[in-house]
Amino acid sequence: MFPTLTQVLQTLFSGITSGQITTAIVTSMARLLIGFLIAVVVGVFLGYLIWRSKLVEDTLGFLITALQSIPSIVWFPLAIIWFGLNNFSILFIVTIGATWTMTISATSGFKNVPSLYQRVAKTLGSSGFHFLRTVILPASVPQIISGLRIAWAFSWRALMAGELLGGGGGLGHLLETGRSLGQMDLVISVMIIIGVIGTIMDNLVFLRLERSVQKKWGIH
Amino acid sequence: MYLTIDGIEKSFPHAEKGQVKVLDNIQLEVEKGQFVSIVGPSGCGKSTLLYLIAGLEKADKGEIRIEGKKVTDAGPDRVVVFQEAGLFPWLTVLENVTYGLLLKGMAKGEAQDKAKDMLKMVHLSNYIDSYPHQLSGGMKQRVSIARALVMEPAVLLMDEPFAALDEQTRMVLHHELLEIWRKTKVTIFFITHNIREAVLLSEKIVVFETRPGKIKSTHTMKTSTDGITPNDVTFHLEKVILAELQGEIEKVLKEEMGDDYILETDPLHRATSGDMGSNI
Repeated sequence: MFPTLTQVLQTLFSGITSGQITTAIVTSMARLLIGFLIAVVVGVFLGYLIWRSKLVEDTLGFLITALQSIPSIVWFPLAIIWFGLNNFSILFIVTIGATWTMTISATSGFKNVPSLYQRVAKTLGSSGFHFLRTVILPASVPQIISGLRIAWAFSWRALMAGELLGGGGGLGHLLETGRSLGQMDLVISVMIIIGVIGTIMDNLVFLRLERSVQKKWGIH
Repeated sequence: MYLTIDGIEKSFPHAEKGQVKVLDNIQLEVEKGQFVSIVGPSGCGKSTLLYLIAGLEKADKGEIRIEGKKVTDAGPDRVVVFQEAGLFPWLTVLENVTYGLLLKGMAKGEAQDKAKDMLKMVHLSNYIDSYPHQLSGGMKQRVSIARALVMEPAVLLMDEPFAALDEQTRMVLHHELLEIWRKTKVTIFFITHNIREAVLLSEKIVVFETRPGKIKSTHTMKTSTDGITPNDVTFHLEKVILAELQGEIEKVLKEEMGDDYILETDPLHRATSGDMGSNI
């Protein structure tokens, strides 16, 4: 049950050229991107609400901390009952996997905006939406970026679990296909692809983003 | 009167003592173009008074008027230079200085020209595209002063602006602030705990009493020409103010250290070169 290295590389190569693996990558990435973007938007918005109001913080904020401790795949049975075993269910757990942690990062980002910046902006005449756009959001960028990184990791894991169980194409589904056909070389090929994508995103995208902000701000 | 502070009272909630009064019936008038300093021991409410003028805090009683107009909220006619420069790290020096101008609705080109002029006045023309973290503490504070002055405020509020700087930088900035003040004729409301700084820079010095903050005395003074070298007159005034403050400082220390604390007399340290040869 252990394929040779050459066999794995061969399957990997033919999978990429034939389009079997590439279409799976595209399907997975599309899901991930949509779910992740929704999670970021919702997370930042919820973070804003929690930051603005003590009441929301005590109620919704507490709930979100509790929800965050639930692994997102746990939502899958519920999602299947609500939406059926389809693409939407997978999207749902991908989104929910990233939303809570994004909310928590955004909240702490907004809360940690130094009061000095806020005072400066107010005495210079900033208020309302302008204040939010030019002070609160940019000042919380470093924390929001580390939030993005964690949120990405959560949704990436949720996506794999969801595809593995839910099907409908994608890398996780391909993994399941390989298992059911007893094709270990395919399983390992997909694992390699998953590892490569994860590394690329983390190192090339998020780490670089984080570094460039740190450099610009002079944080070392 | 240009700036009128009329019967201001302010209390803050305190965990053990309930309400603590920090400012009690403050009555103060500032003329247009005047350089006024407030000195007092720490915790005497001088910064709170500045925040009240800035509109960042609300008074419990009394009102503050600028040219007859009551202060209700923070606004660009009363810009503050804080102890920490508080520059936005995500903006360049130039963008930091134009921030307020663009908010006023000024065209971008005009705002940039104006900001560049002001940055030239604080000798930072070569750093307009730098980010704040690339500047030294003194340079940051210069940008912060430029950012405030470019708004052409009715009053420039300064909250211990040089307290976090080293002695040399502070001396240079004293000198430059006086230059700027003479050039722009801006009204300056300056908070400090450094008596010498107050005496060297300002025309009017208001000494604060502590717990609750009250005005103890007011002194007027011709500012020294360069803001650096003290002379007989400033020395004398420095000593007078220090004597006044001694009781206040003792009050604070007693509260913090216990009732048996007595401050040493004659606390003004002077090098032997300043004693006119009495030790010969």
